[in-house]
Amino acid sequence: MTALAALIRRDIRIALRVGGGALIGVLFFLTVTVLMPFALGPDLALLTRLGPSILWLGALLASLLTLDRLFTSDHEDGSLDLIVMGRMPLELACAAKALAHWLAAGLPLILATPVLGLMLNLDATATSAVALTLLVGTPALTFIGMIGAALAVTLHRGGLLLAVLVLPLSIPVLIFGVAASQAAISGPLPFGTPFSILCAISLVSFVIGPFAAAASLRHGLD
Amino acid sequence: MRLTGRQIDCVRGGRAVFSGLDFEAASSHALAVIGPNGSGKTSLLRLIAGLLVPAGGSVALEGGADELTLPEQAHYLGHRDALKPALSVLENLSFWRDFLGGDASDPHECLAKVGLAHATHLPAAYLSAGQRRRLSIGRLLAVRRPVWLLDEPTSALDAAGQDLFAGLMQGHLARGGIIVAATHAPLGIEAGELRMGGSA
Repeated sequence: MTALAALIRRDIRIALRVGGGALIGVLFFLTVTVLMPFALGPDLALLTRLGPSILWLGALLASLLTLDRLFTSDHEDGSLDLIVMGRMPLELACAAKALAHWLAAGLPLILATPVLGLMLNLDATATSAVALTLLVGTPALTFIGMIGAALAVTLHRGGLLLAVLVLPLSIPVLIFGVAASQAAISGPLPFGTPFSILCAISLVSFVIGPFAAAASLRHGLD
Repeated sequence: MRLTGRQIDCVRGGRAVFSGLDFEAASSHALAVIGPNGSGKTSLLRLIAGLLVPAGGSVALEGGADELTLPEQAHYLGHRDALKPALSVLENLSFWRDFLGGDASDPHECLAKVGLAHATHLPAAYLSAGQRRRLSIGRLLAVRRPVWLLDEPTSALDAAGQDLFAGLMQGHLARGGIIVAATHAPLGIEAGELRMGGSA
């Protein structure tokens, strides 16, 4: 238990310190969302209609932005070797790193959503619906993205490869995340249906992500 | 306790690095792995650490803890220091102590032993190469592991640091530990030799 807590604490600490990248994600999210009204024009009805989609796209890209460093930084400085050798199962270590990444980089996105909702002319119900779907959906993005981050170590390629690998896999999350938000705002679907599927996708990613990432890291050792 | 390797073949990138290698190291004994660059010293250490899979043969630790694998009972001190520049000296060491688990000692004492007691709260980014090495060596002391796998341990260390490290290795051997070290420079302790390269 100490080892698990130590790993989570370390990763959060590094992310929050200078150059850690936790704030970069939020700033990117902020920038993308603030730019949208300028690009789309001052049509309030249009903004309300597109708002949830814009917030979801922004969150998706922002959470990918810092994810490629999840394992590569540990690989470069040799920490990954020691993590692999350690007594903690590698799957658990992967899950801990993903959880720490989400706490440092994903949670701030959700906290920023109410402020950004104002920019997109979303009312309180719509904003809370989007925030709720993001709260359930962004962990899935992190845990799916972790597989790509582990492959980036194995294949010695970072950055763009991660986006190419992970974005197609995150399409279901995006579809049901936006669908649930839209359902809460305008219907006609009940909110519960797409939201339950979104929860299910998250739960599946919690199981598959750590195992796939650990398998990839083990295979890529050299 | 006895660390043995039998008929180990190592293939990397389709090229045979070494084949049919045998070695043995008993409790309280050090083994110096020597040989020219590219002869497979690092590969051998990574093989023992479980970070590379041998193409043939096996490595085993007899007389260790039954429920633990060899990598879980070993410290690996590689070329890369496994230090995070954003964390302080103490945070780096405390993390590895908590993460590696097992029989741990006080990180302040370990830092004092490697001569970094004055720099506990300095971010690791500001350390010199020699100080980074000292901090990695501190990791070997923070958690007790019977097997030390050292890859060029004395590189970047000054003369005082090399003496200090030789003393720490002596202490480890005196407690019944095993050391396997890849090195070009003399270790400063009594050690068996394992020659790599040529027709090994």
